[in-house]
Amino acid sequence: MPTPVLELEGVTKAFGSVVALRSGSLQVEQGSIHALVGENGAGKSTLVKVVAGVHRRDSGEMRLDGESVDFGSTAESKAAGIAVIYQEPTLFPDLSVTENIFMGRQPVRRGRRIDRAAMYAEAERLFDGLGVAIDPRRPALGLSIADQQIIEIAKAISLDARVLIMDEPTAALSGVEVERLFTVARQLRDEGRALVFISHRFDEVFDLCDTITVMRDGEYVDTLRTTDTDVDAIVALMVGREVGELFPKTPAPIGEPVLRVEGLTSPGVFHDVTFEVRAGEIVGLAGLVGAGRSEIARAVFGVDDYTEGSVRLGDTPVPKRNPRAAIRAGIAFVPEDRRKQGLVTEASVAGNIAAVIRARLSTVGLLTRRAENRAGGPWARRLEVKTSALDMAAATMSGGNQQKVVIAKWLASEPKLLIIDEPTRGIDVGTKAEVHRLLSELAGQGMAVLMISSELPEVLGMADRVLVVCEGRITADIPRADASPEKVMRAATRSHDTRGVVMS
Amino acid sequence: MTTQSPPEAVEAPVEFVAPSRLSASQRFVATVVRSREASIVLVLVLVIVAATIASPSFLFAETSWRDLLLTPSILMLLAVGQAVVVITRSVDLSVGSVLGLTAYLTGRLFVDTNLPIVVVALAAIALGAVLGMVNGLVVALARVPALVITLGTLYIYRGIVLSWAGSNRINASDMPDAFGRLGTQSVLGLPILFLVAVAVLVAVGYYLHTARGGREMYAIGSDPDAAVLYGLPVRRRVFAAFVLSGGLAGLAGVVYAARYGTISSSAGTGIELQAVAAVVIGGVAIFGGSGTVWGAAIGAILLVTINRALPIVGIPDFWQQALVGVLILGAIVLDRILAARRARILVEARDAQGATA
Repeated sequence: MPTPVLELEGVTKAFGSVVALRSGSLQVEQGSIHALVGENGAGKSTLVKVVAGVHRRDSGEMRLDGESVDFGSTAESKAAGIAVIYQEPTLFPDLSVTENIFMGRQPVRRGRRIDRAAMYAEAERLFDGLGVAIDPRRPALGLSIADQQIIEIAKAISLDARVLIMDEPTAALSGVEVERLFTVARQLRDEGRALVFISHRFDEVFDLCDTITVMRDGEYVDTLRTTDTDVDAIVALMVGREVGELFPKTPAPIGEPVLRVEGLTSPGVFHDVTFEVRAGEIVGLAGLVGAGRSEIARAVFGVDDYTEGSVRLGDTPVPKRNPRAAIRAGIAFVPEDRRKQGLVTEASVAGNIAAVIRARLSTVGLLTRRAENRAGGPWARRLEVKTSALDMAAATMSGGNQQKVVIAKWLASEPKLLIIDEPTRGIDVGTKAEVHRLLSELAGQGMAVLMISSELPEVLGMADRVLVVCEGRITADIPRADASPEKVMRAATRSHDTRGVVMS
Repeated sequence: MTTQSPPEAVEAPVEFVAPSRLSASQRFVATVVRSREASIVLVLVLVIVAATIASPSFLFAETSWRDLLLTPSILMLLAVGQAVVVITRSVDLSVGSVLGLTAYLTGRLFVDTNLPIVVVALAAIALGAVLGMVNGLVVALARVPALVITLGTLYIYRGIVLSWAGSNRINASDMPDAFGRLGTQSVLGLPILFLVAVAVLVAVGYYLHTARGGREMYAIGSDPDAAVLYGLPVRRRVFAAFVLSGGLAGLAGVVYAARYGTISSSAGTGIELQAVAAVVIGGVAIFGGSGTVWGAAIGAILLVTINRALPIVGIPDFWQQALVGVLILGAIVLDRILAARRARILVEARDAQGATA
């Protein structure tokens, strides 16, 4: 067996107390296309970033052509012949595509003058070789993502990269563009380069790749030849873990529908989304990152626009693009990135909690600290926010406590519906359980909860019903009793033939 | 604003679909004619024609031609340096104070020493470069927006001149006659100081267009994050831009001393905003990445010429200022329209290409 071009063994990487990669292993042979698959948070991207020199591994072995390597920067990994093409390439929009390919290493003539003619000719040769028609003189501005990826690939080839890693390159491409990319990829493989292809679309993985490595929870699971396996086997490997009793939702009587969403459509983002959430019910919105879950939630709350469809809370229609009206109607929204969108980190705990109900607390337009503290106190106590004082700045608290403050802030407005996006991201296990207990309690009191989560166990443990979103459409509606990791995963990765229509 | 012609908008998409079929020389002519710079030249010509019609002496008196070129020389130098800084997505507000400091140093050296003119000029340029280095170091290391930092050094550098010069004034009689003659002499009908400015312009323009370092400056301004991912020496290039801007402000200080002969501590106050205005009018994108020093230099000439022409055409003082403001806003609006149009054409070209692929 020939020596693999790139080989990783037991690579680990932690960010603070969060371990992103427990044991990453990968063997890529030259002249082959290798798929890397796994759930959200399985550690694929971290692994790629270690290879790319963005992160430095904590331990483990990384070998290139059998020699141990350690990259301290992207430049070092590039020099060693590794090229990474990200989902959304970063190009210089003002400069020509040719300059984008050769920036920093343009061909020069005597006197270190850039030889533009040679540069354009070389770019044209690269594009010809790839079989694409792009004017080498046009600026990168206005190029489609597919074309930008081609520019990145052309750059990689001109660097004579031996290992090309593509991180979900097809996520934003139409059917025709995917075909073109695959043609190019096969051609590169036949030239003897090694390719690593990260994708959630199994039909593409099986169509393109020779071998598949599965990762789960930051660990290497298995490597299989595509010809020896099938989709079911891969899905089983991806989710193959016990769904523990970590996330118990106490049963609560399910009442009348609180939220009714009908035919919600925003071209290119989500399509014909219809569902309801009942009082006392927790509905989990599952799916892969980028499937459109958060976008749907933002549209329901009125942050983002939509072209068709309606949102009703109880019997009252919720107007679009008007979060204030949504709050008045009784919707609370805890966003994904709590530091950026949910919390005024410089303000005090009490100030944050009181933010939504400011108008109600103030007398003749003036808001006193004392009123804030009076309103914020009970909530902070009830949620067991661990803070020395209510006037402490929110920035100084842990992620879990920040999340509690954000939830408390919304509970103070006494909502009928709570939309919560990734409720436990970046929170330690103990606090996680507390957040889950809290959500369960709220549902028990008759609140309707719409929970978006990328953590399958969390969705399966907490939700009374799981809605699976795939590429902007709801592809499954699974009641708690029938929900299994395999079912959710298959619905989340289903690639349907209308893809080109949805994405364009 | 009047340079857009509708037929062009219809034809342009076709050109981008496939690799250009035009010959190199045709492409060059097309680029020049359609360039942003050409439209400023057109406005400049219109201003000169209007002023000359109102008062023929604007162009045809004995010293008119000389003044037309000589007056903008100082601002041209500043605008070239400013353009380079703005292209890298920064801004240098301290150039007016640097000019004041170096102009006073020039005068002081003539008064206190017997150094030759060349040495004095080099000393002033060196001081400017050192002041630019201070700007560049702080911007590159502190990661605080250049706007804030150079606003600070604007006051610091001006403070230094104020306490050094006090109410002192250096006059033409304190400086060598040969130096004073530099301010008025011409070679082949072109004022020497103008030639100096043009020489700098050509050198910097050439560097930005043909050197890797120059292209990297555009890349950094176009997308700083991408520049880091590309492994470009971002800090070094930004630092170099500030050193260049400072050095050119130093040279502008020498030119100021030669041109006006009188130097007080307030020399060059407020000129930094004119330099920024010239850059914007000249089509350099304020967020970096596009535009040329040629445009900035022509913008400087336009700005100075308008200020001289408006009183001749008989426009009252207040409206002169307002008109300059309109010009700046007009330039920005024009750039937005052109950028939007360009983006649309490029997207259309892509779609057309996708349809045929």
